[in-house]
Amino acid sequence: MTTVNVKKASYNWRVVDIVVAALIAIAGGVIFWAWSQGAALVSIPMNATYPPLTGLIAGGWMIPAVLGMLIIRKPGAALFCEAVAATGELIMGSQYGTTVLISGVLQGLGAELIFAAFRYRKFNLPTALLAGAGAGLFCGLNDSFLPWGWNIAYEAVDKLAYITFTTISGAIIAGALSWVATRGLAKTGVLSSFASRKAASEPVFS
Amino acid sequence: MRDAVNLRGNHALLTKANPLAKFVSVFLISLVLALSIDWVSASTALLAELAIFPLAGLTLRLLWQRAWPLIIAAAIGGWSTAIVAADSGAVVLDVGLWSISEGSLELGLGFMLRGLAIALPAILLMTCTDPTDLADALAQKAKLPHRFVLGSLAAMRLVGLMAEEWQTIGMARRARGVGSRGTPFQRIKATLGQSFGLLVQAVRRASRLAVTMEARGFGGGQRTWARESTYSMLDAWVLLGGAVIAAGAVLTAVGAGTWSFVWR
Amino acid sequence: MSATHSGTVRPAAITAEGWGWRHAGRAQAAVQGLDLRIEPGERVLLLGPSGAGKSTLLHALAGVLGDEEDDSDETGSLLIDGVAPREQRGRAGLMQQDPETQVVLSRVGDDVAFGAENLAVPREEIWERVHEALDDVGLRTAAGGGLALDHPTAALSGGQKQRLALAGILAMRPGLILLDEPTANLDPAGVLEVRDAVGRCLDKTGATLVVVEHRVSVWKDLVDRIVVLQPGSANAAGTGSVANGGVLLDGPPDQVLSEARTMLISAGVWVPGYVPATRQRRNEPPSAQLLLAAQDLAVSREKPRRKGFKTVPPVPVQTGITAQVRAGQALTITGPNGAGKSTFALTLAGLLAPVDGKVSAAVELSEGAGIDPYKWKAEQLISRIGTVFQEPEHQFVTGNVMDELMFGPKHLGHGEDRVDELLERLRLTHLVDANPYTLSGGEKRRLSVATVLAAHPKVLVLDEPTFGQDANTWAELASFLSELLDAGTAVVSVTHDQEFSAVLGGTELQMGPVQQGEATHQEAGAA
Ligand SMILES: Nc1ncnc2c1ncn2[C@@H]1O[C@H](COP(=O)(O)OP(=O)(O)OP(=O)(O)O)[C@@H](O)[C@H]1O
Ligand SMILES: Nc1ncnc2c1ncn2[C@@H]1O[C@H](COP(=O)(O)OP(=O)(O)OP(=O)(O)O)[C@@H](O)[C@H]1O
Ligand SMILES: [Mg+2]
Ligand SMILES: [Mg+2]
Repeated sequence: MTTVNVKKASYNWRVVDIVVAALIAIAGGVIFWAWSQGAALVSIPMNATYPPLTGLIAGGWMIPAVLGMLIIRKPGAALFCEAVAATGELIMGSQYGTTVLISGVLQGLGAELIFAAFRYRKFNLPTALLAGAGAGLFCGLNDSFLPWGWNIAYEAVDKLAYITFTTISGAIIAGALSWVATRGLAKTGVLSSFASRKAASEPVFS
Repeated sequence: MRDAVNLRGNHALLTKANPLAKFVSVFLISLVLALSIDWVSASTALLAELAIFPLAGLTLRLLWQRAWPLIIAAAIGGWSTAIVAADSGAVVLDVGLWSISEGSLELGLGFMLRGLAIALPAILLMTCTDPTDLADALAQKAKLPHRFVLGSLAAMRLVGLMAEEWQTIGMARRARGVGSRGTPFQRIKATLGQSFGLLVQAVRRASRLAVTMEARGFGGGQRTWARESTYSMLDAWVLLGGAVIAAGAVLTAVGAGTWSFVWR
Repeated sequence: MSATHSGTVRPAAITAEGWGWRHAGRAQAAVQGLDLRIEPGERVLLLGPSGAGKSTLLHALAGVLGDEEDDSDETGSLLIDGVAPREQRGRAGLMQQDPETQVVLSRVGDDVAFGAENLAVPREEIWERVHEALDDVGLRTAAGGGLALDHPTAALSGGQKQRLALAGILAMRPGLILLDEPTANLDPAGVLEVRDAVGRCLDKTGATLVVVEHRVSVWKDLVDRIVVLQPGSANAAGTGSVANGGVLLDGPPDQVLSEARTMLISAGVWVPGYVPATRQRRNEPPSAQLLLAAQDLAVSREKPRRKGFKTVPPVPVQTGITAQVRAGQALTITGPNGAGKSTFALTLAGLLAPVDGKVSAAVELSEGAGIDPYKWKAEQLISRIGTVFQEPEHQFVTGNVMDELMFGPKHLGHGEDRVDELLERLRLTHLVDANPYTLSGGEKRRLSVATVLAAHPKVLVLDEPTFGQDANTWAELASFLSELLDAGTAVVSVTHDQEFSAVLGGTELQMGPVQQGEATHQEAGAA
């Protein structure tokens, strides 16, 4: 008796999806925490000269959103990962207080909308870049226009500069890096139980 | 990273309140403070928060030890606002890109205090809240889907482990000849490699943890809770306290004439 | 689920008929054509070479193997009491090997309760079960640590964590207990603790047991049947005409062990009373060159912490360690779990900064790089001191085996010629294009040793090199190291494995438990 299962992608989250997504979000936090120790070297001169430049390193915070989705490939993954990452940051102690949760949800939403626009079917490099940019855009908007944003008091041109920087940073750091990381992970075989297990051999652009 | 702001063995009064009530209260204060950049509302709230510290088992010393990076970040936020915000009033400093006026200086100061007044209650919250209790409350009281809440909680427990893992991978790579010292470019490259190593380990551990959880019957529709998340009178006081601090901050600022709505 | 409510345990029966499983992304099946029947209440030790599919079978029995979404395949049938394992979560309780991922929640009580909660046991009954389970595994006796329900799970030793996992399983009242190498990480005392806890629980509940372990002697007296699995199709090269997968041998322990001793030995099983033959060491030179010395060393993994503007040095896990590493001589570090062996080894290897005291390299080793190994550049370090970590995966830095081996020599600009010899020697030649992360456990270990050796270090530091290895890989590794020793390399190894240190000979540094904070230094004859 050979059971021939129909293996098709399901939109239901399995336990392994949930736990891996959550841990990716958290590991992303750990990486960024380590990264930010080095980034402090960059961010202090940035702040001292032209503060909107800090938008250029903001992409690090949005890695969980894009990476989570590229690996799990289920609706809600970007939102969930970024929300968990924000919760993790809150528990760790965040300079943004509880408003970090709002930022997290919004950034996740920025990436999620892009993936949704492709109906959760495309996970190639352009999609990843766009999703990263989407997250970066929402991050910039949140920081510049919502009451709890740290850049709310900036002048309009500076806000525009900041938003441009976060969008670029989101596309490159969160988008491109996550895409490269997903391919690397797929090669190691650790993604064997996810829809992304063949990510390494998927075409780059289509 | 290894020790979150959370204090082990904390038996202060606020540890007994329901995490959800504490969260709502803190969130309310943060949102209300966010509406205005002025030093009066921010300092009022800040003073009230400092007064509540002992109830959460926190002292100034502990705060400084655990949260000094946040305090410095708030100061930097004030600085960047001071130099980027629109100038108004007499110019205090003007060197090339930088220009700080009296108006922007006041804004910067108000901004710094506001940042602190928003960050501190979150630290207060996490000091007197156990993540497990928070998860219990989120699943039982806020009715968030329990699989997601508990899955995240279990992953959260691995944070400390991941931080240790980060250090170990760093050493292991040094033993292979990959230095984390050198030119900035070399360092970035080394950090990226190390991050990748950590990700691989994270996915592996998470997959194994998921198996452990499933093997313990996790993932079904129904479950019971060994510990019930409950509300008590204390929670009413917590909510009231939050409302009083928020209202007090607004009223003093309006009274002093400094209240300035962010979206003027 | 009905059984869990009644509170008493109903032992489970297992039937496999032509069962097989292929993992997602694999060309070959891990298990094939397995026919097996295990009666309720039987206690079975499952043996087989690495890769035979033991873990796969246990996972299937626990109902956690694969699902609709990945592209794995199942053939035949595998049933518990006539029902598929997936349909009856909680009927079987599984303990995996890695103690870290056995713990789900951060408080002892919550963690034990977790399984019972998931099975929707009423609240009052959950707590009754938690207390009973903790008592049963002996975690509440003074000797077991006397743990309170709100004791943090992060602050447990490896052995305590394994017993906690056992308690979590017991609280589910499963009819079938599945243990996958439950003691591989533990020191000898921890091994006995866990085994005895399992024995007590089985005597009390009468549940069926299936345990997988490479070392037979520990479990021999507790089980009443041994089942040996065929090597899976993935490595069936040596088995000739025999069908892949399935059961090779089955019977009472003594009978299986005596009848099939040679066959088990050739399959790499650690049969009691058998030490694999290894290469003999030549006589050690009487006065070997001193290469590296630790003086009055205090060690910790933690870095000095910043408290506000102050820096506070970490609390050391071990203090006052003095040791010497000499060319062509072995130094073995032993002691209980958590004593600080690995921490010391890493400090000695120039990877961690000492909290106190110093590590100094002799001129013969440093060759102009300075006296303190911690200050050496990474490239200087690898050609002088090579460190092999306990977890091989931590050390992989490239995408395939060949690059991995060439990595060190390339950075140094010499030594590439030695790579082929290493590949040959450690039987990795057929794997040069494989991704290091996808290798089997034994292969990963051999690769991590090879990568470090490719840089030609004068001192080799190994953390638990033989852990989790079958007897064949073990013998190979031990012989290879003894050869290196004879060629003048100094070998420092952290190990719980007495046979291994006996093969290498040399000096033994015994570390006491952490509380004493003292390391005792003694000479051990090369027995
Ligand atoms: N999750 C997985 N995905 C793909 N292949 C797997 C997976 N788990 C195991 N395998 C493969 O299935 C085969 C059997 O592995 P399994 O872990 O069951 O062996 P084992 O008998 O437990 O070996 P060991 O003694 O080394 O633990 C191996 O070839 C292994 O590489
Ligand atoms: N990354 C880390 N950060 C801080 N402390 C750690 C870290 N790793 C281990 N420890 C602690 O340091 C102590 C010594 O650990 P170490 O790993 O050196 O012990 P060990 O003797 O090698 O034990 P084992 O036999 O279990 O490998 C332990 O109490 C452990 O809890
Ligand atoms: Mg196994
Ligand atoms: Mg160790």
